[in-house]
Amino acid sequence: MAYTIKVNGTARTVDVDGDMPLLWVLRDVLDLKGSKFGCGAGLCGACTVQLNGDPVRSCSTPVSAVGTAAITTIEGIGDTPIGRKVQAAWLDVDVVQCGYCQAGQIMSAAALLAKTPAPTDRDIDAAMSGNICRCATYTRIRAAIKKAAGLSTADSREIRHA
Amino acid sequence: MRDRLSRRFFLQAGAAAGGGLMLSAVLPVTVRGAAATAMLNAFVEIAPDGRITILAKNPEIGQGIKTMLPMLIAEELDADWADVTIVGAPVDEARFGRQFAGGSMATPLNWEPLRRVGAAARAMLIAAAAQGWGVPAAECDTGPGKVRHAKSQRTADYGSLAAKAATLKAPDPKTLKLKDKADFRIIGRSVRGIDSPLVVTGKPLFGIDVEVPGMLYAVYEKCPVFGGKVVGANLDAVKALPGVKDAFVVRGGSKLEGLLDGVAIVADNWWLANRARAALKVEWDEGPHAGDSTSGFAKAAAELGGKPPATVLRQDGDATTALKGAAKMIEAHYAYPFLSHLTLEPQNCTAHVADGKVEIWAPTQLPVPGIKLVAETLGVPESAVTLHMQRCGGGFGRRLRNDVMAEAAAISRQAGKPVKLLWTREDDMRHDFYRPAGFHFFKGGLDGEGRLVAFTDHFVTFGDGNKPGSSASMSPREFPARLVPHLDYGVSVIPFGVPTGPLRAPGSNAFAFAFQSFLDELAHAAGQDPVAFRLALLGEPQVFKTPPDEDGPIPDFDTGRMRGVLELAADRSGWDKASLPRGTGMGVAFYFSHLGYFAEVVQATVSQKGEVRLDKVWVAGDVGSQIINPTGAENQVQGAALDGLGAALGQAITIDKGRTVEANFDAVKPLRMDQAPPVEVHFLTTDHPPTGLGEPALPPVIPALCNAIFAATGKRVRKLPIDQGDLAWG
Repeated sequence: MAYTIKVNGTARTVDVDGDMPLLWVLRDVLDLKGSKFGCGAGLCGACTVQLNGDPVRSCSTPVSAVGTAAITTIEGIGDTPIGRKVQAAWLDVDVVQCGYCQAGQIMSAAALLAKTPAPTDRDIDAAMSGNICRCATYTRIRAAIKKAAGLSTADSREIRHA
Repeated sequence: MRDRLSRRFFLQAGAAAGGGLMLSAVLPVTVRGAAATAMLNAFVEIAPDGRITILAKNPEIGQGIKTMLPMLIAEELDADWADVTIVGAPVDEARFGRQFAGGSMATPLNWEPLRRVGAAARAMLIAAAAQGWGVPAAECDTGPGKVRHAKSQRTADYGSLAAKAATLKAPDPKTLKLKDKADFRIIGRSVRGIDSPLVVTGKPLFGIDVEVPGMLYAVYEKCPVFGGKVVGANLDAVKALPGVKDAFVVRGGSKLEGLLDGVAIVADNWWLANRARAALKVEWDEGPHAGDSTSGFAKAAAELGGKPPATVLRQDGDATTALKGAAKMIEAHYAYPFLSHLTLEPQNCTAHVADGKVEIWAPTQLPVPGIKLVAETLGVPESAVTLHMQRCGGGFGRRLRNDVMAEAAAISRQAGKPVKLLWTREDDMRHDFYRPAGFHFFKGGLDGEGRLVAFTDHFVTFGDGNKPGSSASMSPREFPARLVPHLDYGVSVIPFGVPTGPLRAPGSNAFAFAFQSFLDELAHAAGQDPVAFRLALLGEPQVFKTPPDEDGPIPDFDTGRMRGVLELAADRSGWDKASLPRGTGMGVAFYFSHLGYFAEVVQATVSQKGEVRLDKVWVAGDVGSQIINPTGAENQVQGAALDGLGAALGQAITIDKGRTVEANFDAVKPLRMDQAPPVEVHFLTTDHPPTGLGEPALPPVIPALCNAIFAATGKRVRKLPIDQGDLAWG
């Protein structure tokens, strides 16, 4: 059946089964390959997109459940001021190793900063722990989020000895 | 064998190692029209406007090699880095030398040859300028992107010289003088990952992103018991499902690394193909290993551990007598599980088989053996197979196996269409080449002064007959061999049907845990500080050399370099200065692997309920005289340390009824943001050739954590993954 969904500001009509996860509609029907498949079960966050600004796992979101919500993907997040800042910080801090998870990380980070412009380390933990980075670039993801927020990139959890 | 692994896989890949091929690759010179871009050698093209294109030859798996190798060329070319564009090279080992990602070998293998490639191109540009000016080449030098003749105050941009330079004979690489370290402008400067702007904007870069006109999407169901055969399947029912174009049995062989029997479903999109799988019913012949189980393996190991080893690996002095005569004898058993690689990008490959030709697009760490495997599988000549390397969403050793390439090629041939085969996470976790589990039965003897005088290990591993399986063997030089007068290493082998293979720092990622934890037990038994005990064991600096064996050269082991990083890690972590509350502890460990010397300190806090919190990690590494790309180097080391901690805390693959039990990230847990501590990285530069960083920072972090847990709680972790339920205290 046909669904009209709003992707990165543009209405797109797709003729697919309503159970088809948004991830596969994006990747295989609309040819937006930035959102990644990692687990198919909402466990890794590689497929994270935003629905009306909220981070969601597109691998576990049926297209029929999207309705009129505004979908933002990694291909579109750079059109928002926060998204642009996050992408720039990711480059400044040189976060990327293999890069496979980073689209999802950036989508989660941009959603965090939209609601919490000056996040604490605890806020970052809470917002980002659904996104696995198998290369474990967490130190730099944390720093990049703070940089995008205009905060000191120092780790406030730092343990110091005499 | 651990310290020879990388060497072994060159031989496996069937090509000569070292720089010879690389240097010959400098020689072919082609000119693409006088005014057009001039190709100075296999790696360097210079356009008339001065744009320099450098080809990056090795697979990119996140280790940053696509950025780092061109830095070596650009440095000696004396290029302005702003003029450089990097392009991934095609698979062509005759032109580029060895192309693979593994063993942390890219740095040691390419450090000198690729600088010579750049220096050769620079010499040709100088020669072109000198000829044009009618001056001796020796009077010319270069600045970023130009040749200069100081006497006549003339300069010429590389772009203006390239076409002429490309017509000149390439110099003999041996005659080229390389830059002094002090003159480096690119090497040693942090250069951001070259493709990162594409990554952060979501451009299609990875194997999974490949699109080929007219392609279909495939899933492949294999027997849950490794290597089982298809007896029959309800193909007609599956074929009738929406979107399904075809479903068929693929016949495979018996080699676990190649094509195995299975059922392919091919559909209009991947989700439809995978959904149809729910209706697929396959009858399997599970073969001889359907009785394998983790609990059975543990039982077999306990039995074997109680007997003398089947094979003697090393005997120095008389360990039996020395243990009897020791002032103190300590005995302990260690065990660790099978592990999965968990590349976040599941295994995938796009293949198009048509008209006797095969085209493959795949994320792979080992492209040339992939071509060979596809050719063998389909019965076509290797020359009929073209492989396009794709960026890999993680490697960790998994993509040293090209089984998915053989599957995609076989499915495309049978479907008569280009096909993208993508595994689910469940496929990926259940059909891996696992880090082998292992068991160590240790004894150690201390003399009256607390010196380690006797040490024995009965290593129980997995394999066939008396031969350990892939990545399941131990070196007779495993530390502390050569530093303890009475030492026995022996091995016994449990037969099994589980596929194993190299996982990041193979062998080392397990042995470091067992040996460095047991050494910590010995330090405490000796009543000594764990750093002081280790320094005493290392003794005065000395270099152990071992002649090459049939598998190739064996690296030297330099106790002085190990002392250096141990002292640095202790100093930076405030080792003997910290006053920590009960429940918080620091642990230390060191390890030599992949030519790198690493010592690490972990501070961890264990709650009274036994929950482990990672507070901080300090890493000290010695990988020689030069950190080529500091930002990439630090990133690799931090990632390796956190990777090891994640494995220690949350990962095990369990075998039951011959098959893998775990299937997704709820059961096997990579480290997450809220667990990841700060990792402070320090490099000790020493006067040795630079070596690699993808792996050697991983092994010591695991025993450093376990030793920290002991310091915090008095509870010794002898089995991985760490069972936090066992750590409750107070």
